[in-house]
Amino acid sequence: MRPPRKNPILRTRVPTLPPSVRSRVALGLTAAAARGSFELQVCRDCGTVQYPPRESCRVCLSLRLDWHVQDGAGELLSETMLRHSNELFYRERMPWRLGMVRLDCGPVLVAHLHGDCAPAPSRVRVRSALDRAGQAALMAMPEKDTPNMADDRQLREMTCDPKFRKVLITDAKTPLGHALVEAIVAAGADLVWAGYAEPWKKTAGFDQLASIPQVALLPLDLTNSRAVKDAAGEIGGRVDILINTADHHRNYGIAARNGVEVARAEMDVNYFGLLRLAQEFAPALRGRGADGQSSAVAWVNLLSIFALSNFPPHGTYSASKAAALSLAQCLRAELGPAGVRVINVFPGPIDDEWNQLLPPPKIAPARLASDIVHALRGGVEDVYPGDIAEDWLARWRDNPKALERELAAGT
Amino acid sequence: MSEPVLAQLVAALIGGRIRIVDLTQTLSPDFPQIVLPPEMGQAWPFRVEEASRYDERGPGWYWNNFSCGEHTGTHFDAPIHWISGRHLPDNSTDTIPVAHFVAPACVIDCSRQAAADADFLLTADFLRQWEKTNSRIPSGSWLLMRTDWSKRTDPVAYQNLDSTGQHTPGPDTDAVRFLIEERGVLGFGSEAIGTDAGQAFHLKPPYPCHYLMHGSGRYGLQCLTNLDLLPATGAVVIAAPLKIKEGSGSPLRVIALVPGPADTPQPGRRTAAKDKKSRVEKKRR
Repeated sequence: MRPPRKNPILRTRVPTLPPSVRSRVALGLTAAAARGSFELQVCRDCGTVQYPPRESCRVCLSLRLDWHVQDGAGELLSETMLRHSNELFYRERMPWRLGMVRLDCGPVLVAHLHGDCAPAPSRVRVRSALDRAGQAALMAMPEKDTPNMADDRQLREMTCDPKFRKVLITDAKTPLGHALVEAIVAAGADLVWAGYAEPWKKTAGFDQLASIPQVALLPLDLTNSRAVKDAAGEIGGRVDILINTADHHRNYGIAARNGVEVARAEMDVNYFGLLRLAQEFAPALRGRGADGQSSAVAWVNLLSIFALSNFPPHGTYSASKAAALSLAQCLRAELGPAGVRVINVFPGPIDDEWNQLLPPPKIAPARLASDIVHALRGGVEDVYPGDIAEDWLARWRDNPKALERELAAGT
Repeated sequence: MSEPVLAQLVAALIGGRIRIVDLTQTLSPDFPQIVLPPEMGQAWPFRVEEASRYDERGPGWYWNNFSCGEHTGTHFDAPIHWISGRHLPDNSTDTIPVAHFVAPACVIDCSRQAAADADFLLTADFLRQWEKTNSRIPSGSWLLMRTDWSKRTDPVAYQNLDSTGQHTPGPDTDAVRFLIEERGVLGFGSEAIGTDAGQAFHLKPPYPCHYLMHGSGRYGLQCLTNLDLLPATGAVVIAAPLKIKEGSGSPLRVIALVPGPADTPQPGRRTAAKDKKSRVEKKRR
């Protein structure tokens, strides 16, 4: 169901947020939701699964609580239609369907209720997703997928679905850029701007993108401040989702390359490019964070798993991506109040020319593109596509110093 | 004609008997830079960052910081640019004799040939033929190859790359040798992105105009424009690179003095009469 078009003579709604204050322990739920995981506290002593999160076990008072992944299966016990709220965010979105769910693992909780859930009693799946405030919120979904379930009005307030939206892909010349343009179009975007720099360098397949009806080619070189400003002036007020795929990747450490030119070029695209984009495009996105059901919703950064810990053979590239990660956190803090989500994508090595000498597994551009679309449709803000990325993330979360030593040793 | 020589020059400039032609492309972020394989060191394109624009960063003034390579936009190549010229004396932008920055120019019109064949190579025979209808190329002069390449304002057409690389006109090896050994030119100038042809890597030696010109202490000018406004002979080119220490080249403003029709004041030239007029106009407003 296509959302109604905006009435342009009405004031554009100013973004408001759902309640966003959480205790430190409750942020455990958010930390998991940011990765797309629904985790609850489980008592190591008595095995109780509890919700909401607390400092101690509600049954045996043990402090030994661990976060464990839950499947969210449960029973809808009752439901209500909220017609009044003192929270500005919900006041503007009434009515709002809520339900009480008993999870099979024990806890009873109140969740946002998807429109396709059958009336109580019925089976549902509870998932944890980030809401517009960037905090974990629980949503009860129908037990089995229904047609167009992503179009649900309440669900769209939590996701960044490209369907019916206008999307800028900053560099569409790379194999990932091609794949992403096609994936975003297939996901139902109304319009995709395909950015390109250095038009005199042709890449296979780029010209064909222009023949896709939803695609508009856009000259955009992130190293050129004036070009970024011009592009933002022309289309900034219409971009709902910005996906920054511009990436400068060379494979040198410190000793393998004389001088700073390669490192500078990497920083110019990967770090300063993001900064230029953010300065020019973020203001308009902030202003349109609540612009109807096709509002500005997301900013996606193509980072690298090398941002977490330096991969010495690609050492200066890793450093530029670490810088970009830090800046993306700043951007997230600045876009957060407008309800615009910053999604950081940390792929393992992409199967391209600059990773030629790395052994498989390498992530295929088409797979990475589909993971990005999946992330937009879900409620996550950190994505780790590919086997290498998943492996590194697990090792990094377990012991970052160990990962540093392992990467230095080439293992 | 007992007037001092520079007074004569000034009188000719004011009177329009000497016109000034700008041979320089605008330094703009959109102007393409030379393309090398991506694993090699690269020339920076021209980039500009605003320092302030009458705003909180500088309330009463506007200024920028810019960056570019020594070989960005319309630029000068010094002998030290090429390995063949690296041990020559006075081979960098800070040590080249300043007298070389003002020199006569011969303009060889290859525009028809370049239009027909992007890979057109200027030969020694072509130069000899040109001398028959014009005059002998004087020692110490610039040889400027007019191709009208600068009229390709679309950067894609200007670069003219395909899967075998760049296709732009330039001199062949014999022409370069002829100009150095038999005519003693000051240097070679072109409208395309290099003094050498786009496919000059395949000549012997590779990039002869760079290798041989710089190897014998001669200079290069590239990305020139408006060569079609110059006479075949008789123009004087002023091309002074920035005084960069050990500079291999530099972007620069290249202008040419050309003979003009007698007593037609140069457009834009500031004269006492004009200044008075504009002051009066200002008062009226």
